[in-house]
Amino acid sequence: MKRFAQLFKQLDHTTKSTAKINALVEYFSSSEDKDKVWAIALFSHRRPKRTVTTKLLREWSADLAGLPLWLFEESYHIVGDLAETIALITPKATKKSDNSLSDWIGVIIDLKDKEEAVKKATIQDAWTSLDQDERFLFNKLITGGFRVGVSQKSIINALAKLSRIEESKITHRLMGNWNPTTITFEELVLASNPTEDLSKPYPFYLAYSLDIDFDQLGSPSDWSAERKWDGIRGQLILRGGEYYLWSRGEELVSEKFPELQHLKNKTNTDIVIDGEILPYRDGKPLNFNTLQTRIGRKNVTKKHLLDAPIIIMAYDLLEYDGEDIRENSLQERRRLLKEIVKEIDSDRLLLSEEVGFATWEELEKERERSREFLSEGIMLKHLHSPYKSGRKKGDWWKWKIDPLTIDAVMIYAQRGHGRRANLYTGFTFAVKDGDLLVPFAKAYSGLKDEEFKEITQWVKKNTQERFGPVCSVNPELVFELAFEGIAKSTRHKSGVALRFPRIKRWRKDKPKEEINTLEDLNVMLNEFG
Amino acid sequence: MQLIEFREEGLYVPQADVYIDPWKPVNKAFITHGHSDHSRYGNKSYLCTHSALPVIKHRLGSHINAKGIDYGEEMSVNGVKFSFHPAGHIIGSAQIRVEYKGEVWVASGDYKTTPDGVSEDFEPVKCHAFITESTFGLPVFKWQPQSEVMDEINDWWRTNKEQGKVSVLAAYSLGKAQRIINNVDHSIGKIFTHGAVENVNEVIRRQGVHLNETTRVVQGQKPSIYAGSLVIAPPSAVDSAWSKKFKNFSSGIASGWMAVRGTRRRRSADRGFILSDHADWDELVSAVKATEAERIYVTHGYTDVFSRYLSSIGYYSAVVDTEYTGDELSAVSEVEEGTANK
Repeated sequence: MKRFAQLFKQLDHTTKSTAKINALVEYFSSSEDKDKVWAIALFSHRRPKRTVTTKLLREWSADLAGLPLWLFEESYHIVGDLAETIALITPKATKKSDNSLSDWIGVIIDLKDKEEAVKKATIQDAWTSLDQDERFLFNKLITGGFRVGVSQKSIINALAKLSRIEESKITHRLMGNWNPTTITFEELVLASNPTEDLSKPYPFYLAYSLDIDFDQLGSPSDWSAERKWDGIRGQLILRGGEYYLWSRGEELVSEKFPELQHLKNKTNTDIVIDGEILPYRDGKPLNFNTLQTRIGRKNVTKKHLLDAPIIIMAYDLLEYDGEDIRENSLQERRRLLKEIVKEIDSDRLLLSEEVGFATWEELEKERERSREFLSEGIMLKHLHSPYKSGRKKGDWWKWKIDPLTIDAVMIYAQRGHGRRANLYTGFTFAVKDGDLLVPFAKAYSGLKDEEFKEITQWVKKNTQERFGPVCSVNPELVFELAFEGIAKSTRHKSGVALRFPRIKRWRKDKPKEEINTLEDLNVMLNEFG
Repeated sequence: MQLIEFREEGLYVPQADVYIDPWKPVNKAFITHGHSDHSRYGNKSYLCTHSALPVIKHRLGSHINAKGIDYGEEMSVNGVKFSFHPAGHIIGSAQIRVEYKGEVWVASGDYKTTPDGVSEDFEPVKCHAFITESTFGLPVFKWQPQSEVMDEINDWWRTNKEQGKVSVLAAYSLGKAQRIINNVDHSIGKIFTHGAVENVNEVIRRQGVHLNETTRVVQGQKPSIYAGSLVIAPPSAVDSAWSKKFKNFSSGIASGWMAVRGTRRRRSADRGFILSDHADWDELVSAVKATEAERIYVTHGYTDVFSRYLSSIGYYSAVVDTEYTGDELSAVSEVEEGTANK
């Protein structure tokens, strides 16, 4: 564990990617294979199956520190990271341990069917034999979420340097479903023909927001436009008679969407489609909120299937007949995509139609109609573009519609977590309804650090009441909020739920009497909801 | 009548018509220490310890009507006995003891209980009511011994020096800067200081305190003269264009907040060193216990949490709203202050 803690420290101590890659290369060339595989797994958000609940971890660490549980919870709220809070709050180590990273993972995995008392003794014993950095990492092994500022790209870069294998190959090998407990470093990284894995997805190609002029794009006839659908980006894989669905977060979500199962019987051609998982009914997309009822749910009930039906809106074809066709032109890929969508002929797999335009002005008009289609804007793709990996400039652009905006007054402020533990960074906003103020949105982002500092000072002087980390403040500061959409909600007092609300700017020029009203929100709801 | 009242202007002793660390201008201000949230402009008269006086005059102007008092020296104002006792926070920092008809209150300003080699060592003062800070009043804040932190700084400095880099370390110009200057291994190389730090150093040296040798960073020098040296500057300068002159440098921050990874990363410095002039959790709890007070008033920091904890272990405890900011890592005004008084 010491060696891994040292690597972690090196990564944490620098913001420079070359230094990070060097530290990784050093680690990979000097560690046991088992530890290397686990390090890769951890940095790519894989971890051993959880054998201890976080609730118990909280209780046991408060117990070991001799503190009441509420005090642990308050500390956790401010630190913002459970593993770190435990590492900070538990007492100094009283013994030493030479266990390696994979040894400790073994200890955690072995807890699976043990009694609670045994688990508690094992975990508390681990805490007392690890120093603070190691303790933090040990906790992370259980809770997951290694945010160390090491991108997947750095890992791949380091492995490529070490093994002299192309980065793109390693990228592909590290994707998908592999089990760090069983796979060897050889199989995972080095083997030129890795275990056949039907589920393996391709890295997504992501677009930047359009930030150049049309004349730099050249002729409109070289470009294809589609609606930018408001769902979750996904990759549909039909290979060897099996069905897999990946979300953009590199998460396998096939089982959450059983209505797509039948697609595997619809074609004998192995294909991989890039598309949008989109809530959809009667020929129309539904509000994004509908999809949210399907995300994060383990068991999908009949009711979910009925209330929130989904489809795949197909954008692109990455593999055809088992062959990687990402280097072919968009034009060619789309031609094949159309064929295959037609062949499959399912109301669950639709083609994202092209938006016709002859001039940029015409496209601009189409973009303005985006909300009619419940879309977020326009996607612009060069007809000759290959399908690249990751976020790249040049061939693909997203051209989003301007967000909706509203002026509102701040009524609650909440202290930040982690990165912003000493600032107020979360705010609740209200609109007017006659003499009343009705809260309708929370926003956490959109201001500069300097502004957060200024608001924090203001909040301290204008607090009315405290509720733990939240306090109510005098309703005086006015902000312009931007949001992507609005939907009816029975859970909120205001009757509306906003999509991705954030602070657009602080309206120091606007008195609180001039903020928008609940009526204004309802007008927006009727128009765009 | 409460011996110390919590007024709009600050902590107030009505019987003596004296304010302690007021944030609005008053006639008589007794000041715990020279940090700007405790010692502000505009009071008609100031009283602080002899060793705090030079810095306060440096910061507020030599024209202010300010007097010094010895630690432990008693003075009486309309029957109220006042005395100042070391708070261990920075040079000259004091807890102010207030006694009237046998009742004793202590206003502690900012404090830390472990010696730092520069500030006068903290002394617990027994009282009935204790007014305490809680800047780091969460059990996640537990400082390492100062020598360990200095070893880390030394190692960082040495490694940077080997790589031909300048080590630029952010630390408050009053307090932490001097503490680092006197506790790092100055055999490693030369120590340079930002003007705001050096101005304070000059004041402190003039009052007879020994500080290791430092050199002021001035405009127009070749970057090569800084190679391998340690530069100490206020946080706001390290974040600004000012530090660009060092070309090839590694940046560090010395602050209690560096104990939390999140804050450390937000500051985007290369290194964070956990070093604070405030008490950590264990120090706060033991300081409260050592006073043997029954009532504890918590003025700034994680006030709600600390006060609730004190209540849970049997104290009468309340949060008092003040305008003290403690160590907020903003310190934007520090550079301006330092240069304005030059």
